[in-house]
Amino acid sequence: MLIESGSPGPANTIAISLTINGQARTLDVAPWTTLLDLLREDLDLTGTKKGCDHGQCGACTVLVDGVRINSCLALAVMKDGASITTVEGLAEGAGLHPLQAAFVEHDAFQCGYCTPGQLCSAVGMMTEGHAQSREEIREAMSGNICRCGAYTNIVDAIQDVMQSGAAK
Amino acid sequence: MNRFDYVRPQTVADAVKAVAGGNARFIAGGTNLVDLMKYNVEQPDRLVDITRLPLNAIEARDGGLSIGALVTNSTVAYDAQVVERYPLLASAILAGASGQLRNAATTGGNLNQRTRCYYFYDEATPCNKRLPGSGCPAIGGVNRIHAIFGTSPSCIATHPSDMCVGLAALDAVVRVAGPEGERTIPFAEYHRLPGDMPERDTNLKPDEIVLSVDLPDEEFGPHHTYLKLRDRLSYAFALVSVAAVMRLEGDTIASARFALGGVAHKPWRDGDAEAFLAGKPATQETFAAAANIVVAAARPQSENAFKVELTRRAIVRGLSQAAVGTPQSQSDKRIA
Amino acid sequence: MANSINSSGTDTYVGTARSRVDGPAKVTGQAKYAGEFSAPDLAHGYVVSSGIARGRITAIDTSAAEAVPGVIKVLTHENRPRTAWLDYNYQDAVAPPGSPFRALYDDKIHYSGQPVALVVSEDFGTARHAASLVKVAYAAEAPTTDLSAQRELAYEPPKKRSGIKPPPAPWGDAATAYDDAPIKVSQDYRLAVEHHNPMEPHASTVVWEGDGKITVYDKIQGVANTHGYIAGVFGMKKDDVRVLNPYLGGGFGSGLRPQYQLFLAVLAARALERSVRVVLTRDQMFSFGYRPDVLQTVSLGADASGGLQSIRHDAISGTSNFEDYQEVVVNWSGVLYDCDNVALTYKLAQLDTYTPSDMRAPGAVTGVMALEIAMDELAHETGQDPIALRLRNYSESDRTEGKPFSSKSLRACFEEGATRFGWSTRNPEPRSMRDGRELVGWGMATGIWESMMQQSGAQATLTADGKLVVGNSTGDIGTGTYTILTQIAADTLGLRMEDVTTKLGDTDLAEAPLAGGSWTAASSGTAVMRACQDLAGQLFALARGLDDSPLANVDFERAVFKEGRIAVAGDETRGIAITDVLRATGTDTLEATGSAGPDAAHQKAFAPYTHSAVFVEVKIDEDLGVVRVTRVVSAIAAGKIINLKTARSQILGGVVMGIGSALEEESMLDHTLGRFMNHNLGEYHVPVNADIHDIDVIFVDEEDKANPMGVKGLGEIGIVGTAAAVANAVFHATGKRIRELPITIDKILG
Repeated sequence: MLIESGSPGPANTIAISLTINGQARTLDVAPWTTLLDLLREDLDLTGTKKGCDHGQCGACTVLVDGVRINSCLALAVMKDGASITTVEGLAEGAGLHPLQAAFVEHDAFQCGYCTPGQLCSAVGMMTEGHAQSREEIREAMSGNICRCGAYTNIVDAIQDVMQSGAAK
Repeated sequence: MNRFDYVRPQTVADAVKAVAGGNARFIAGGTNLVDLMKYNVEQPDRLVDITRLPLNAIEARDGGLSIGALVTNSTVAYDAQVVERYPLLASAILAGASGQLRNAATTGGNLNQRTRCYYFYDEATPCNKRLPGSGCPAIGGVNRIHAIFGTSPSCIATHPSDMCVGLAALDAVVRVAGPEGERTIPFAEYHRLPGDMPERDTNLKPDEIVLSVDLPDEEFGPHHTYLKLRDRLSYAFALVSVAAVMRLEGDTIASARFALGGVAHKPWRDGDAEAFLAGKPATQETFAAAANIVVAAARPQSENAFKVELTRRAIVRGLSQAAVGTPQSQSDKRIA
Repeated sequence: MANSINSSGTDTYVGTARSRVDGPAKVTGQAKYAGEFSAPDLAHGYVVSSGIARGRITAIDTSAAEAVPGVIKVLTHENRPRTAWLDYNYQDAVAPPGSPFRALYDDKIHYSGQPVALVVSEDFGTARHAASLVKVAYAAEAPTTDLSAQRELAYEPPKKRSGIKPPPAPWGDAATAYDDAPIKVSQDYRLAVEHHNPMEPHASTVVWEGDGKITVYDKIQGVANTHGYIAGVFGMKKDDVRVLNPYLGGGFGSGLRPQYQLFLAVLAARALERSVRVVLTRDQMFSFGYRPDVLQTVSLGADASGGLQSIRHDAISGTSNFEDYQEVVVNWSGVLYDCDNVALTYKLAQLDTYTPSDMRAPGAVTGVMALEIAMDELAHETGQDPIALRLRNYSESDRTEGKPFSSKSLRACFEEGATRFGWSTRNPEPRSMRDGRELVGWGMATGIWESMMQQSGAQATLTADGKLVVGNSTGDIGTGTYTILTQIAADTLGLRMEDVTTKLGDTDLAEAPLAGGSWTAASSGTAVMRACQDLAGQLFALARGLDDSPLANVDFERAVFKEGRIAVAGDETRGIAITDVLRATGTDTLEATGSAGPDAAHQKAFAPYTHSAVFVEVKIDEDLGVVRVTRVVSAIAAGKIINLKTARSQILGGVVMGIGSALEEESMLDHTLGRFMNHNLGEYHVPVNADIHDIDVIFVDEEDKANPMGVKGLGEIGIVGTAAAVANAVFHATGKRIRELPITIDKILG
């Protein structure tokens, strides 16, 4: 009665609509499934990483309607109707997004596990438009922990893209 | 995470109805509730998704500003009216959490976030807040981050929000709705001290919903600051924070209010210290005297005596910054 | 540059800056980690952890969990299948002496966080939910987790850990020399317990292949260790087990030993004859190895000008109640400085925790921290410049083993680092430098790590299209191994990097050791080079045998492999393309293997070490205790650098972790509960982006012959000494000497 869109499906699931990396999908999700688990476990989009599952590391960062959030703390059912972009959908076509290319060029990662979250976070940060200086970028990117310690290279890569105007 | 029903009402009235009875919770940003559910600290049998309710506006009200419960922390922090009229609030919000979390977390949720006490979060240990009557191992345990003001023998946890510390200094009012209609709660009365009921963080009733946080019609010009001290330079909860606003007439303090974060079960204010400041010259001596009034009430735990001195110094610095109008920048971590 | 790999005497790739070959896979999300491989009908395991630190399980009720639809099985000590009996079978390649932990073995609780049940379900969400319904009753006993209280019970480990040098026998008479010394520094030092916290939580996916065969994707720093462990514990034939781990989301030592999620996943897969994945939570990442708590005392006796007359370094390290973990903590004090009277001791004391484990530069981070703060104290006492003091006592040989260094370019590190940092303008007086309200401090320290090499295999396959595939079973843990092996292979055979593919992390490949100890570049690098050299020989033989060969009557020694051709040195127009050789001889594939290991003769004669000089600037708001590390220069002497880009990243990462060690990282134990309480990334603080400002890395020239490539390794050296340099900078800024790290706000205020 109270649910506007979606209706109870089999086995406690609720039907929702999501656009994921440009592709419209209808999915049956349990209300306790997080957006992160939906991506990783159900849709095999394992590019989005689970580092802490509690919003304390940023590895799970995705863009929801263009806004960066921690997908581990978002229940999928609540994102009904939203458009999700993950690391797999950052690039247009077969090549790399300019930021992905800059990350490779500046060696802005080592093990690579925080990298998808760093990339989505940086794209979201550039859209927000509040960080310009190196200091502001450092602060704005502090929600993404890199245990390998690639921070200076991450800031170099982001600045490179911001200065070349290739963002978006 | 336990099993639960999920409902998504469209109106406040339906939301209040949906949360009544049983062990239901409202959910919006989810940044704390989902976190706690994964630790089995919260085990609601129903989640009421309020994200579709019409509580997402920042609008003028009674000469002040009314911030809808669903407005995200990011939206508040970068809202032109907030930045213009209540920059302290923007500064406090940006001192907390991360960009991602602020994009999801809402105003109402921030008010109702729960303590970061290690023991509260860890279901393997006793905790009076999580399991009333089970005990408080933080007392005499690992309590470096715990409260020094207003503690009780049952609980020494702190309230973790930065935003609320700013709202406390700004004398905000919380507008709520329940089965009996709407009411307002002055910010100082919104959060509780633990007493012998540490399981209750706030005076919001279980079947009430936060509609908005309303800021009064006041101007402080540049005389405000949010000073946050923590164990790393970003993305950490406050050991001690200070939100201060001040009205100056020449070099004299006409009035000043300040609230402390990280030191009590609620944003901590001291009426005596604020009263002391009124009419005094805006000098280090005045600020130190006010700080001494505050810390006289401090009762530290086994590992957090440093917080008393840190609080004293933070108050002096916070008031000094407010007086000269140099808010702490969150990107350049130098403290002015 | 010396030690060129290419037969022409110049390398195209080795020694240059190259982007990671695995970069595109990592930035597009295509790189798959252990918990991300799938299988038909995959079941999901969720671990239930003990809430007590010591005692027994008196009852375990799994009925509510088993009643949840979707739950397949709940494994506990009461119903677990049988596994091997002897400790020997559980001892992995780097296990310390003792009885390795066995999950679900019996009712005994050894430490808080110990796994007590595994809930296996059709999906992850159900497993997690059902795990919360498992009810465990305990008879708890008071745990012992406070090392300070165990000081009197400390003992010398009766059995030494393989690969870990015990302290050397003392030389001279350190006690008397100390008593006689006009200048004395004697202090206690302590570094908080740290957890590795790689970003990827530990995970194992076991794919049931039928007929008792399994394929395992395991978070491990070298699949051979997992392979041997599974064979030992489960009595499986190695041929029935294949282990892979192409990418590792950070290890820092936590992935050296197979962890309990592997044991549980294999146990469940075999019991259910079904594929099973077990992933630990972030909180469970605090339920196994960690950098141990060590009580240290360093006593230095010196003459008035700072010449060391006595060095004593005593350490008591925590270990578990089931294994004698050991690392090299004190030996560095006998290697780094030249002193005639040295006594070094290392003891253990047992705690009711899991066994500590190697964490980036194990032992050296801890021991060198103490030594290098003590040296700064001595510099201050004697009025010496910290660099001058170190030069005054510079060791020309390793007196712990009585051998000359294979090479030691630490002087160049001091010189180049100091110049880059601007050290000469430092006012030595503490509290003398300011920037506005902040105190400014400049501190420095030396770092050292042993350069090691392990027995390693490699394989190389060249196909008719001119494409080369090389590889072995070691892992790329983010260090850049894929990239440097590609560079080495390409240069050895004169191919383009684009034509070379490196495969790692698969037991079907040539066996190689764990990626750890900074030995991978030397070990796997040399093995790959030799495999490619073998290919070169085969190619040359084929080429010379061709009719009208341009290489007829040319000796192999004169052959140059360059730009896809085999040519004659001195007359490179004379030659033939490699693809033409293969085509003309009708060769589809050429295969070769290579192996490398330490050179026993060289090892006997020389002591190989990497060195560093770390310079740090801090700015401190003294009133509020806020410390910012605004500038770091790390000058490294590590022999030949294969890839300037990935090498620099290794040092950056070490420095960042060193800053964390100095200022933030601390696993806090509740001694009543025997439990680490801040078991998450919100309250266990590692550096975030805002904490890290400018870091400058210098590689000084250093020629070394400890291995054929002259490589010394880079994984550890960046962290060693960094924490001491920060602490010394804090002293210079504030005049306050802090000997218990991390240096948090309370300690600056205190």
